[in-house]
Amino acid sequence: MNEKIFQMINAQAFPTPFCPGCGHGILMNAVLRAFAELEYDLKQTLFVSGIGCAAWIPSPHFKADTLHTLHGRAIAYATGAKLFNPKLKVIVISGDGDLSSIGGNHLIHAARRNMDLTVVCANNSIYGMTGGQVASTTPLGSLTTTTPKGNPDRPFDLCKLVEAAGATFVARHPVATPIPLTRTLKKAIAHRGFSFVEVLSPCPTQFGRRNAFRSPFAMIQALKNTCVSLERAKGLSPEELEGKVLVGEFVGPGKNN
Amino acid sequence: MKEGSDRKKKPVTIHLNQKWCKGCYICLEVCPKKVFEKSPEVSEKGFQPVVVAHPELCTRCLQCEMLCPDLAINVEKGE
Amino acid sequence: MQLKKVKSALPPGWYFMQGDEACAEGAIAAGCRFYAGYPITPASEIMIRMVHRLPEVGGTFMQMEDEIGSISSVIGAAWAGAKAMTATSGPGISLMTESIGYAVITETPCLIVDVQRAGPSTGQATRPAQGDMMMVKWGAHGDNEIVAFSPWSVQEMYDLTIKAFNFAEQFRVPAFLLADEAVGHLRETLVIKEEVEVFDRVKIPGQAPFGTEEINGVPPMPAFGEGANLLVTGSTHDPWGFRKTQDSATQARLTERLVRKVRDFKSEVIQTDPHLLEDAEVGVVAYGFTARAALQAVKTLRKEGIKAGMLRLVSIWPFADEAIADLGKRCRAIYVAEMNRGQIAGEMKKYTATPVISLPKTNGEVIEPAEIVEGVRRNLP
Repeated sequence: MNEKIFQMINAQAFPTPFCPGCGHGILMNAVLRAFAELEYDLKQTLFVSGIGCAAWIPSPHFKADTLHTLHGRAIAYATGAKLFNPKLKVIVISGDGDLSSIGGNHLIHAARRNMDLTVVCANNSIYGMTGGQVASTTPLGSLTTTTPKGNPDRPFDLCKLVEAAGATFVARHPVATPIPLTRTLKKAIAHRGFSFVEVLSPCPTQFGRRNAFRSPFAMIQALKNTCVSLERAKGLSPEELEGKVLVGEFVGPGKNN
Repeated sequence: MKEGSDRKKKPVTIHLNQKWCKGCYICLEVCPKKVFEKSPEVSEKGFQPVVVAHPELCTRCLQCEMLCPDLAINVEKGE
Repeated sequence: MQLKKVKSALPPGWYFMQGDEACAEGAIAAGCRFYAGYPITPASEIMIRMVHRLPEVGGTFMQMEDEIGSISSVIGAAWAGAKAMTATSGPGISLMTESIGYAVITETPCLIVDVQRAGPSTGQATRPAQGDMMMVKWGAHGDNEIVAFSPWSVQEMYDLTIKAFNFAEQFRVPAFLLADEAVGHLRETLVIKEEVEVFDRVKIPGQAPFGTEEINGVPPMPAFGEGANLLVTGSTHDPWGFRKTQDSATQARLTERLVRKVRDFKSEVIQTDPHLLEDAEVGVVAYGFTARAALQAVKTLRKEGIKAGMLRLVSIWPFADEAIADLGKRCRAIYVAEMNRGQIAGEMKKYTATPVISLPKTNGEVIEPAEIVEGVRRNLP
């Protein structure tokens, strides 16, 4: 399996610029594994990204056509490429702020149109590249450089947002559980229509450090503790579900909990 | 559990690319068998490098390989 | 420029068409097969024509959620291999400006039509102006060397659209058609010939898509899906597209080449249209719809015994610096009639010491010949 993955990367771009323990690196790993298992021809695959750490996942690391665009605009650029050449398999990989804050408008319209794109949202609940500012996905009360007294705003539930906008495949997984993540990514990639996968991806440097997470592993562990699969959630009381994050496939044909 | 099977005793080869590793220690902490250890000296890069201390304990769960953010770990396929 | 002759998209003959419609037809004739846009007065008619015509020629049309979505998908489609365009007005250009800079650094050919209206901001949406002359060049941050033309007739809405597309593809830059509401909504004769001349972007598989040996070269441009493993990025990059955000030599070379690849060849692009200038003592410079009034004005001035001549700027960017310098040598004064507060007049002063007198009009109405005549008479040296 690893040989296949190494054929899909530009080795000269490694080691990556990501921080030690960055969840986006784990996501990169999972995306490559998904493509390796699907045995897709990368020649007809286009990866589009915006601006931010997550946008550097495909560019320049993937040995495929990559389009590194402007902050928030990845989905709009991807739409143009897909419309003109529908044979291209178009995957958008970008961050939570990029896709849902500055890029929110393009996100909801592409979902509404059920545009045949796969959007992988690397959600680290922060604007990492610029030093750790609050994002549309930062939990209530979290400390960031622009919320030094704690975030007064509630975050988006990205999956609910995109589902309401009309997406036909919606899922969420943390990088802490790479096997279900890869399985869901494969489905999302193969799905015809707008597929959205929110990936909870820890940022130890900008979010973890400021919010009492002592190490990258501590954040992985926390994800394992707070994420509850839809299947398991069925058997839990509302009190038990307090503070938990539901993961799994929420919308889609043959969804798997 | 049956002990003494040849498969279990064959050492697993785990490649750890020290050039790509950044010392995040996720592999070390997530491994259920404690295969990895921190080497005592701090490297040029400024952290204690991870070494594959006990490959014979590896069960090929692949958590280290899948959770490595740097694609630095490759657990060789068994025969 | 190596142009290729192709059959026109419409049967040859005489047509009576609106300027906006003629622009759409010019685009189709030039090979445009992707349009993305957003409604805005006075450019919407271009979009409406495209939604009907593009499917007829196997092209793709998309109305996007806003102007930023429009220019973004135009650039995405261009990299998927399309000759792509959008049309808007001043407020839309303001929104698109960031992506214009992206098209500059990624060297993405595309056409952006600006049917100018009275600004600033929302201004007078249905009234003509020529207030965006500077912004298409200087709007995006950094140094942008782009190509822009200003049509004065429905015929030029067709011809200059084709020309602008050809230069976009040749130089791999965003090209602009700086029209105005007056010529956009004007209806007059359009002559379509048997053939048009188009330029198709150069493709050389295996060659670097973002750098050349020459300091003023244009690299070949592959498309997605051809196995080129393209690394398109808006960050500073090397000839293969790898980001080089800490490398001074790369930044120096890239920024110089992006400018010089057009500037060094500006004589191929610059187009002026002189009238009655051979023995002129005073010159009138105008462009777009205003030039029609300026032409009438110089004829009137001649009847009054003033040796006036008109230099019409057909291309706006790169700027006709030598033509202005030359005009300044021959004239005692140069008058610039424009529907803004002196944008081109200001630019001209860089190239001639001869007095440049601005005749601005920004009341949302076109300039009349009598106003230019009066302006010249009042300010004769």
